[in-house]
Amino acid sequence: MLKDQDRIFTNIYGLEDTGLKAAKKRGDWSRTKTLMNKGREKIIAEVKESELRGRGGAGFSAGMKWSFMPKEVTDRPHYLVVNADEGEPGTCKDREILRNEPHKLIEGALLASFAMNANAAYCYVRGEFFRETEALQRAVDEAYEAGLIGEDACGSGYKFDFYIHRGMGAYICGEESALIESLEGKKGQPRMKPPFPANCGLYGCPTTVNNVESIAVTPAILRRGASWFAGIGKPNNTGPKLFNISGHVNNPCTVEEELGIPLKELIDKHAGGVIGGWENLGAIIPGGSSVPMLPPEICETVTMDFDALSAVKSGLGTGAVIVMDKNTDLIRAICRLSRFYKHESCGQCTPCREGTGWMWRMMERMASGDAKVEEIDLLEDVTRQVEGHTICALGDAAAWPIQGLIRHFRPLLEQRIADRQAGKSTEAA
Amino acid sequence: MSGAPETFTFTPENAEAAKSVIAKYPDGWHESAVMPLLDLAQRQHDGWLPRAAMDAVAEILSMPPIRVYEVATFYTMYNLQPVGKHHVQVCTNLPCWLRGSEDVVGACRKTLGIDIGMTTENGMFTLSEAECLGACANAPMMQIGDDYYEDLDADSTTKVLKLLKSGGKPKTGSQTGRHTSEPAGGLTSLKNLGKDEGEAK
Repeated sequence: MLKDQDRIFTNIYGLEDTGLKAAKKRGDWSRTKTLMNKGREKIIAEVKESELRGRGGAGFSAGMKWSFMPKEVTDRPHYLVVNADEGEPGTCKDREILRNEPHKLIEGALLASFAMNANAAYCYVRGEFFRETEALQRAVDEAYEAGLIGEDACGSGYKFDFYIHRGMGAYICGEESALIESLEGKKGQPRMKPPFPANCGLYGCPTTVNNVESIAVTPAILRRGASWFAGIGKPNNTGPKLFNISGHVNNPCTVEEELGIPLKELIDKHAGGVIGGWENLGAIIPGGSSVPMLPPEICETVTMDFDALSAVKSGLGTGAVIVMDKNTDLIRAICRLSRFYKHESCGQCTPCREGTGWMWRMMERMASGDAKVEEIDLLEDVTRQVEGHTICALGDAAAWPIQGLIRHFRPLLEQRIADRQAGKSTEAA
Repeated sequence: MSGAPETFTFTPENAEAAKSVIAKYPDGWHESAVMPLLDLAQRQHDGWLPRAAMDAVAEILSMPPIRVYEVATFYTMYNLQPVGKHHVQVCTNLPCWLRGSEDVVGACRKTLGIDIGMTTENGMFTLSEAECLGACANAPMMQIGDDYYEDLDADSTTKVLKLLKSGGKPKTGSQTGRHTSEPAGGLTSLKNLGKDEGEAK
């Protein structure tokens, strides 16, 4: 279990004051100029050595991503874009950073922007987080007032501006290129890659898009050293991470733990265990709605990190653990997610636009038991036709939960259909 | 509730606010301000966007109106039809559903006397179903206006709505006394801060 001294987000619950003075007491904004004096390359190298993997879901090396930016600024300015469009069902970690630890985010944005030669950062916050945006704006105003950002950030001579841009309710804008489109005042429809944002992103300029948590942990990495961060967790899966535990647990919560903590330990230690005990567990979605669910026998031993979860054909995603007990209608649960993806498809790519609706309608038939047994294979086949055939990953995200259901709970689907044909009442709960 | 107006003009204060919004974006990229300006217009116009408001935003930003309509119709937070004074949006996505969002919806229906997608006759409440609002560790929850009400059940939902009905101001956030998203059973972390001297290196 992560020691309290190794926790980065010491005010994640907002139990203490969230303002600048209190944040400084907790260590934010201390020696920021000294950190900048390390120089761009050193900062990027340090983040690379920490092995920080992006906290938004994809888990790509943050330092590597930063190093893709052009070394020098030529005719086009560079931008950092912070992705605070948190909306993956199950996920509510960035919300706590925005409202309770905003100074970590702003300081991190300064350091990351400095490392990538960007003089401005845009933070794209989902529109529903109105109060969180207010909290962040208060912190931004404080930081300007104190000279920590602005014309001469922290007395370093470096100009840095931090702007907040509010989304208006579109899950797809959490996809980085859709977010950039949205920020430019358009519909949030993902762009084809290449060109990648590091070459041609916001306003056609070199841009890096990072998740809130990834940016907010960088000051701690630079202050305490890459080896400190890399020493927590497991090789290639380093550092502390915010987890959200929701669903059928006794005490749903957000908590910072080390990557690689066993899933069972995470739930038992922090969320008070599964309601009705571990034996009452039906299935767990370990990383937000997009990743395939896991049956109890895998949940028993799997650890919460990128590599272990991908080895069991699921994923760490955002670290959002959704727990479902034995009485949960798992088919209905996945059906609800299918409806969500249908609602959120931007409609640009045919396989996703048509496929998400088709999959949802088929899942409704699976949930009611009105489908035919051979349609289970057909449904699986359609998920494969959507997966990997769209510009962005929303198509994959819509396909995976269904694949997970079929992979681990096929007998449940078959039973539902058989019961329906036998005229039994089908739906649980 | 009124029909769609013929014209729309920003109030002097909002016109000023619009200017400072536009200034956040680089020269030549003022179209970035379309989303915040539409939001400003919506807030000025009782929570919904008539076409005249979209046209006004298009004119300020020198955008073809169709580009503004595209944006207004793409994002779910723009209401293209009148909504009640209190827009009640209940999350029914998986984490909320697992913890009883159906009871919350039921309590809303019963207390307000309307179904999802409807507005009360007096124009006070509109009830909507929402997708994940990102407060899953405090499920089930609903958003009313700009505020979240969390850790709900049928009773607390009814209480919040009744208070709003009578013109009161319900407490926002958790309805069970949690501060934010800490475990209800007591802290499981951050208990030993400051007790141990020195930073772990």
